[in-house]
Amino acid sequence: MGDVLEIRWHGRGGQGAKTAALLLGEAASAAGKHIQAFPEYGPERMGAPVLAFNRISDEPIMVHCHVSSPRIIVVLDPTLIRTGSVTAGAPEDAVYVVNTHLSPSEMRKKLGVSAGKVFTVDATQISLDCLGRAIPNTPMIGALIRATGLMKLEDFISDTRRKLEKKFGSKPGIVEGNIKAIERAYQEVKGE
Amino acid sequence: MAGSLEQETVKFVAMTGNEAVAEAMRQINPDVVAAYPITPQTEIVQIFSTFVADGLVKTEFVTVESEHSAMSATIGAAAAGARAMTATSSQGFALMWEMLYIAAGLRLPIVMPVVNRALSSPINIHCDHSDTMGARDSGWIQIFSENAQEAYDNLIQAVRIAESRDVLLPAMVCMDGFIVSHGMESVKLLMDEEVRGFIGEYEPAYSLLDVDHPITVGALDFADWYFEHKRQEAAAEAPVAEVVLKVGEEYGKLTGRSYGLFEAYRLDDAEVAVVALGSTAGTAKAVVDELRQKGVRAGLLKIRLYRPFPKDAIVRALSGVKAIAVLDRSDTFSTMGGPVFIDIKASMYDLMHGEHGEHGEHDAHGAQDAREARDMQGPRIVNYIYGLGGRDIDLEQIRKVYERLQAIVATGETGEPVSYLGVRE
Amino acid sequence: MNTGEKDWDKKGWKDVPIAGLITEPGTARRYKTGEWRTHRPVWDPEKCINCLLCWIYCPDSAIQVKDGKVVGIDLEHCKGCGICAHECPSKVRAINMVLESEAEAEDGEKVKEETMREGEEGEKERKEERKGEGGNEK
Repeated sequence: MGDVLEIRWHGRGGQGAKTAALLLGEAASAAGKHIQAFPEYGPERMGAPVLAFNRISDEPIMVHCHVSSPRIIVVLDPTLIRTGSVTAGAPEDAVYVVNTHLSPSEMRKKLGVSAGKVFTVDATQISLDCLGRAIPNTPMIGALIRATGLMKLEDFISDTRRKLEKKFGSKPGIVEGNIKAIERAYQEVKGE
Repeated sequence: MAGSLEQETVKFVAMTGNEAVAEAMRQINPDVVAAYPITPQTEIVQIFSTFVADGLVKTEFVTVESEHSAMSATIGAAAAGARAMTATSSQGFALMWEMLYIAAGLRLPIVMPVVNRALSSPINIHCDHSDTMGARDSGWIQIFSENAQEAYDNLIQAVRIAESRDVLLPAMVCMDGFIVSHGMESVKLLMDEEVRGFIGEYEPAYSLLDVDHPITVGALDFADWYFEHKRQEAAAEAPVAEVVLKVGEEYGKLTGRSYGLFEAYRLDDAEVAVVALGSTAGTAKAVVDELRQKGVRAGLLKIRLYRPFPKDAIVRALSGVKAIAVLDRSDTFSTMGGPVFIDIKASMYDLMHGEHGEHGEHDAHGAQDAREARDMQGPRIVNYIYGLGGRDIDLEQIRKVYERLQAIVATGETGEPVSYLGVRE
Repeated sequence: MNTGEKDWDKKGWKDVPIAGLITEPGTARRYKTGEWRTHRPVWDPEKCINCLLCWIYCPDSAIQVKDGKVVGIDLEHCKGCGICAHECPSKVRAINMVLESEAEAEDGEKVKEETMREGEEGEKERKEERKGEGGNEK
């Protein structure tokens, strides 16, 4: 089956974890990868913890089960860390990308992980600056791409711009705001 | 076929199963769609209705007040000579029930995507196969899809299969709710004109609107005629497998993706095998690959055409396997196990008693074979009911199934025939 | 409608149209509801004023009309309901119901012969229909 990169997104209903997984999946697909993108379907309520997943591979992907031991974990809301769900099932060398104002080393302590890599970016502040709303999903994809190098930022931005223009054609501010947020998070993310 | 070379350069697009199915429906461009939304099928109807509103299809879209009406209107349209489709899930499918039999009895080649979802009670919106399995004796053709690509491909092929003059039966294309319907995957689409060319212009076998050939549809059929008509309907199931193969092969020439009655995955020399349908088959393939790397002769048979059941071909494919586990994503609540298990076991009876053969000849030599076959034990077959109401089935669970099969081969002990996989005891 | 011995003469499943379709129109004509009759309408052309009320009300289209005038009653399909006699104006009374058994006894063979001749769908035509691709005999 080849090597399949598995990503798990942690967020709260309304933060766009599912949309982030779908946007990343579409962009990776446009870049020639085989992909899966799907949420964990639960009661969809604003604020409730939600999960979403990506699989990305050079080969066709056959499995259709949940992602249980993701190599990459993206956290849209740092308050989810106290539940312990963020590190569940993750391998020792997992890569964490967390939306927080904390530094990577401070976040590493909170997560309780010694190996692997921890990246942080204040995506909430970025989305407030760029979009006027706390929807940290798109900047977190920018941070994820910087942290993992899983695809070229330009490829992601061009595909996402096309998607957003289709959806928000009448509101160019939303399109530009998102693109700006993605680029800023890509620049500002720090890791150790 | 002109498309075969071009297909290699066709790019994958990221789509959910529902999006892919709605796209197939747009390309099929049916005359009439009458549908009612229900989770997890909703997006199919919603997306398709935007195609109608945007004038991308010439379809008459009928917004009905229930699934019973959806199927009724679809039947009416099909009897009037239209290429008619609908789509549903779960409770909506159950509400169509009496009309399902009418569609089949009237020999109307309606094509219907069904997004498999559990039946209440308790209420649940997630995947299992209880909805369509219950209608396995309704006379509909049932085709199961492993992923979004197959859902798309199967829907297009189902039009040809159902409308074949040798068949003329309604067909449902099943895909796993949420797992396939809402999961985004890589899909290759055909060009609109390729789909149009493949399915062809629809010429109904009969039409209520053909005033030059007036007919009566749905006349009362008492004891002196009903049986003949149902016998005829049963006979219509016989050529389905052949048509499915022919259409699958032709589709392969067009797309590079050929389809059969089932997919035999590393089954040729397999000693242990799983039988599954739907998305689980993909997960099981990953386990087969793992086991093969360890030297275990593991295989998988993924059923595609479930109704009519391609018994002979399945028996041939499984005859060399020593132990088989049938994975059922629904229960018959009969103490007999899941529906696929019951079918596989019934099919294997013929193998074990030497009555299986392409020609069924019973000359002296055949009788000898039959006697020898009777002494054979045939494959050991066990059943796992799993994944009800969307319960995840992961690699680890399937590994355990293969482990048990290996133990059965080693010890000759089958143990409990029907087990429940992934349930809390 | 019970499947008696006689049904074995009917077509087998390989020879009937699909889906229980009836593939030709007007097959109800072949169904001789006249056999159900216990009372027979007897029409008197001398009294008839051709108001055609009987023709309007007859539920079985058994009143035969030509050029706006009543010419007879189709006794092969008349069920003997008596609506025509009831609707015939009381001052006219051109149609009267008589017991079928008495009518048969009185008219004997003559009535039968007339019925065959007058009926719009004669036996000859019916034979031709049967030769064609048969629908279900309903």
